[in-house]
Amino acid sequence: MAAPKEVLLNPLFDNNPIALQVLGICSALAVTISMSTTLVMCAAVIFVICMSNMAVSVLRTRIPNNIRIIVQMTIIASLVIVVDQFLRAFAYDISRALSVFVGLIITNCIIMGRAEAFAMQNGPGLSFLDGLGNGLGYSVILILVALFREPLGSGTIMGFELFRTVNDGGWFVPNGMMLLAPSAFFIIGFLIWAIRARKPEQVEEAEYQIAPNVQYREAM
Amino acid sequence: MDKSKRESIGNVLFVALVVCLVCSIVVSTAAVALKPRQDFNAELDRKLNVLVAAGMLEDGQRADDEGRGIEELFEQFEVRVVDLRTGDFTDDVDPDTHDQLRAARDPQRSERLSRAEDRAGIGRLEHHAIVYILQRDDGNIDRIVLPIRGQGLWAAMHGFLALESDMRTSAGLAYYQHGETPGLGGEVDNPRWKGQWDGVKLLDDDLSPSIRLVKTRSPEGSDAARFEVDALSGATLTTKGVEEMVRFWTGDKGFGPLLERLRQAEAS
Amino acid sequence: MVEEYIGLFIRAVFIENLALAFFLGMCTFIAVSKKIETALGLGIAVVVVLGLATPVNNLIFNHLLREGAWAWAGFPDMDLSFLGLLSYIGVIAALVQILEMFLDRFVPVLYNALGVFLPLITVNCAILGGSLFMVERDYTFGESVVFGLGAGVGWALAIVALAGIREKLKYSDIPEGLRGLGITFIAVGLISLGFMSFGGIDI
Repeated sequence: MAAPKEVLLNPLFDNNPIALQVLGICSALAVTISMSTTLVMCAAVIFVICMSNMAVSVLRTRIPNNIRIIVQMTIIASLVIVVDQFLRAFAYDISRALSVFVGLIITNCIIMGRAEAFAMQNGPGLSFLDGLGNGLGYSVILILVALFREPLGSGTIMGFELFRTVNDGGWFVPNGMMLLAPSAFFIIGFLIWAIRARKPEQVEEAEYQIAPNVQYREAM
Repeated sequence: MDKSKRESIGNVLFVALVVCLVCSIVVSTAAVALKPRQDFNAELDRKLNVLVAAGMLEDGQRADDEGRGIEELFEQFEVRVVDLRTGDFTDDVDPDTHDQLRAARDPQRSERLSRAEDRAGIGRLEHHAIVYILQRDDGNIDRIVLPIRGQGLWAAMHGFLALESDMRTSAGLAYYQHGETPGLGGEVDNPRWKGQWDGVKLLDDDLSPSIRLVKTRSPEGSDAARFEVDALSGATLTTKGVEEMVRFWTGDKGFGPLLERLRQAEAS
Repeated sequence: MVEEYIGLFIRAVFIENLALAFFLGMCTFIAVSKKIETALGLGIAVVVVLGLATPVNNLIFNHLLREGAWAWAGFPDMDLSFLGLLSYIGVIAALVQILEMFLDRFVPVLYNALGVFLPLITVNCAILGGSLFMVERDYTFGESVVFGLGAGVGWALAIVALAGIREKLKYSDIPEGLRGLGITFIAVGLISLGFMSFGGIDI
């Protein structure tokens, strides 16, 4: 049985769902254009993953094996709809900015993956912590990406002006690419590099070894 | 619970039923309870967009300098339905329930545009459109706000165009929904670019649409300069989309007949 | 009519590519793109499921969920569209399950080739995304068939392209921390930048 502290903290950097397990990337790219949408998205995902982990864990002894996927799906989908309805009622502008991506939390593989891999085997309390940890691990990456994209792309952070852009009479020429989705790929790519530079055990094995350069004289 | 019992058909059905029941109750409660608030939000958003186009509020502002809220400002507008085929106001259609986009997909309430006519790239044109009229105290029209839409680079762009009382001069243009490339075509949201739409002439002396989005402006004060707005740099196709869209909606197929009628009423 | 369908198909494949323009189905896109062969298998499975799920969800939306869909039964104001997500994902999960059983029973060759990928598809956001876009853009039934197939073909094309690049990448000398996942992300970013040049093509 894992210790609660490890369950909570491991997914942050040691076993990050995005950077190591490649789960839940879709939404990470689309919503990171501004910090405020990112934070709302993170909150929504954390809520859904904690609740679904708990619910699945409570039901784990009762759910028959051959309908377990669809039961998990139903629970997750219901939670997502509730979140979606709440956002539309209380944060209309942000829910419009997030558009279909709130709905796509359903297919965020982190949530499904944790329900299947952790909540089906562990108690509700521990599952809640696992959900929280993974939700936070997801959030860390999203927030880091947004931290690059919003200031560099529009000179603002959370909508507040950080650098005055040329169009408004300032000096900062916004980097248009940061507003396009591909920039999120580059940033995540480099983030993975940074994490692996600190934690070399995450580096993947090379499939091919490049032969050392042949000495000039041997080639003669 | 032991394994064989858990996998029995009875238990499968039982669990499925209970999960469905509980989930549907939770979902329905949330949806029904929050629906009024959501409708209110959507309505408020539409009103805000009209006000932004008319230049009465800045985007994102919730009240003007005198502290009047969206609702209060919007009260001043008269909401009317226009028959786009004739340019007449009509009371046959209720403006509160009329959904232009839905009407545009209904063959009975819209017409198919030919390729030559369809400059804005909208496919079908609805028979009835909703316009927002701001009247002065003497009963004459101060401003009129028209809904416009058309194809941009990536997706359809939806916005409102406000005209001054002469029905030829623009008072403002604001898009509330578009998918243009941020930083390039997305600059349609830039307040500095939008500011140029205040005072530019949309129709020439023969009353045909003649707005132009240009890379280099004609010399200040020249005749041509009255019809010009800066193109969006690096976004040729968005620029073209905006130009065609404004021309279409101020032209014969769009609100042209209505504007003509109002102009005559004003002159008489 | 036909012309319109062809236009829609081409738009769905290239201009509005689900993987490279909307970034849907990224998890499987990156996880299962190491070999061209497996990528192709998954790609075909996605085409099949998208091509089926989008029209089916179109029917469900138009005949059960849409506001006024129950008018014939005396409920003209009933609007069940909030149940959309739940029904679409249910349809997708059920469809995948049925397809799996059907293939297992009648086309074992195909089952052996695609079998392992089918469960992965339930949580592929490209499928759900396809249905959500279909509803948002209000496609007719015919359009939804074409859109579903086109979107599937586009996704398959993208994953095969990425797999081709990754097969070559493994021979190259990449900095240690970037090896594998890191360089894949950057490659996907570059491909999708390339795909952006399809934008604005009017069909």
